[in-house]
Amino acid sequence: MADEPLVLGIETSCDETGVGIVRGTTLLADAIASSVDEHARFGGVVPEVASRAHLEAMVPTIERALKEAGVTARDLDGIAVTAGPGLAGALLVGVSAAKAYAYALGKPLYGVNHLASHICVDQLEHGPLPEPTMALLVSGGHSSLLLAPDITADVRPMGATIDDAAGEAFDKIARVLNLGFPGGPVIDRLAKEGDPEAIAFPRGLTGPRDPAYDFSFSGLKTAVARWIEAKRNAGEDVPVRDVAASFQEAVVDVLTRKAVRACKDEGVDHLMIGGGVAANSRLRAMAEERCERAGIRLRVPRPKLCTDNGAMVAALGAEMVARNRPASDWELSADSSLPVTDPHVPGEHHHGHVHDHDHVHEISKDNLYS
Amino acid sequence: MLLLAVDTATPAVTVALHDGDSVVAESTQVDARRHGELLLPSVDRVLAAAGLKLDAVTGVVVGVGPGPYTGLRVGLVTAATFGSALGVPVHGLCTLDGLAYASGLEGPFVVATDARRKEVYWASYDGSRTRTGGPAVDRPAEIAEQVAGLPAVGAGALLYPEVFADARGPEHQSAAALAALAAEKLAAGEELLPPRPLYLRRPDAQVPKNYKVVTPQ
Ligand SMILES: [Zn+2]
Repeated sequence: MADEPLVLGIETSCDETGVGIVRGTTLLADAIASSVDEHARFGGVVPEVASRAHLEAMVPTIERALKEAGVTARDLDGIAVTAGPGLAGALLVGVSAAKAYAYALGKPLYGVNHLASHICVDQLEHGPLPEPTMALLVSGGHSSLLLAPDITADVRPMGATIDDAAGEAFDKIARVLNLGFPGGPVIDRLAKEGDPEAIAFPRGLTGPRDPAYDFSFSGLKTAVARWIEAKRNAGEDVPVRDVAASFQEAVVDVLTRKAVRACKDEGVDHLMIGGGVAANSRLRAMAEERCERAGIRLRVPRPKLCTDNGAMVAALGAEMVARNRPASDWELSADSSLPVTDPHVPGEHHHGHVHDHDHVHEISKDNLYS
Repeated sequence: MLLLAVDTATPAVTVALHDGDSVVAESTQVDARRHGELLLPSVDRVLAAAGLKLDAVTGVVVGVGPGPYTGLRVGLVTAATFGSALGVPVHGLCTLDGLAYASGLEGPFVVATDARRKEVYWASYDGSRTRTGGPAVDRPAEIAEQVAGLPAVGAGALLYPEVFADARGPEHQSAAALAALAAEKLAAGEELLPPRPLYLRRPDAQVPKNYKVVTPQ
């Protein structure tokens, strides 16, 4: 197989219809259609609205990505798609499209893990991932610390949120402060003008007996809400900028503290941060500061690659092809709770046969362009 | 001419090939929960049975519903993606029209499929090719008067015999019927539907309740 496989990746796990094309670790196209505006009035992603939007956007986004990359579909070495985790109905649109596309083109299909994709995307920005890599993934859907000795085959969960995702906490606090949805960017902006030490909000799960790498943001969220209410009930103005800064500081403090600790404990000298919250400017700054102090190299992709996109799926798919991982079957399911320990979903007939993906060719060889 | 027809708007995952004269091969599996897993292997099986490859297809026909959304979208996105990859047109047909065509009934009758939540998707016909009303989604009791005394086709009719007294088969959608109807319409120069879903219901979207007060008052 080619050293630098040309792979198209499809991502529909939440509200972004993403189609990316990569050649090895080089990004060629990153086409996105988002339904975020349709969700804004609901204050959160509405699954059925997202699924409907994916169906509408799917084919136009694939065609846009091919055009942007300047490649033809027949030159692709494989089609990758997010098989999970994510919203079941939303995932199903992408998985069905990927299967149809791979089948029509006679290409192997790779159902891959959304979280592993978030890590692998950094290859497009900073070159091949160091092995192992420690990854902190933070978004509206996930908050996880993952250790990845091999992004195509071995991803180990170190810790995760036991209640709300970090991004969810941003959304909820933004709602309490009447700042709209999504909450991340607006809180980041207001926090820059506030005092992060104005209010001492709690740092969840940081006691000596608490799990070292798990997160909890629910208590923080309640504490912030109570504080705001108390002000309102007393008829006082709420210092929105100070609240935003102090809340953000509490989240970022816990995230970076635990990530750096995990790196030290495991002897890993690289930390990558991904997911939508990685766009947060304070998270980037504090992670930089703490990593430098600890002698850890920080890798954070540019914001557009941190949020959900197709390029990250293509990046992991290309790595699957490059390392001869087995392709998926045509029966591939969308799995809304795909475990993080499964970086991809190999075909049924392939347990233990890493170098053999002939079944794809059996079934689809010469379907087209033969 | 070689039409590939797919329909996933009902519990049936159904695929057929039609060469303009007759159905060449077909596959129908009834499993309401596995549309995503079953459709592509069915397409592969139907092509293999016909000894043909996907690039021989000159057009794709897809049932656009109405039907439960998650399954419905599997067929629609598959058809659209095939159309794009193959560079062939994708035609939509109302799923209920396929059942009507398969019934071969003359005169007035209705078609009803299961819309879940104690409702049916239904339409009325005058002959197997002529829809006269619908499609719509309603509770059976609410349309009892309109359908009284009429033959009724489809799983939705069989499910509510108290309303559809003259319920009969076919129970399930068949892509073979859908393909034959499409071939007939295309030959007659009739325009088919765009391959867009007929949801008939707005998405379930609860606007979250206003910020809940957490401090004891
Ligand atoms: Zn994500």
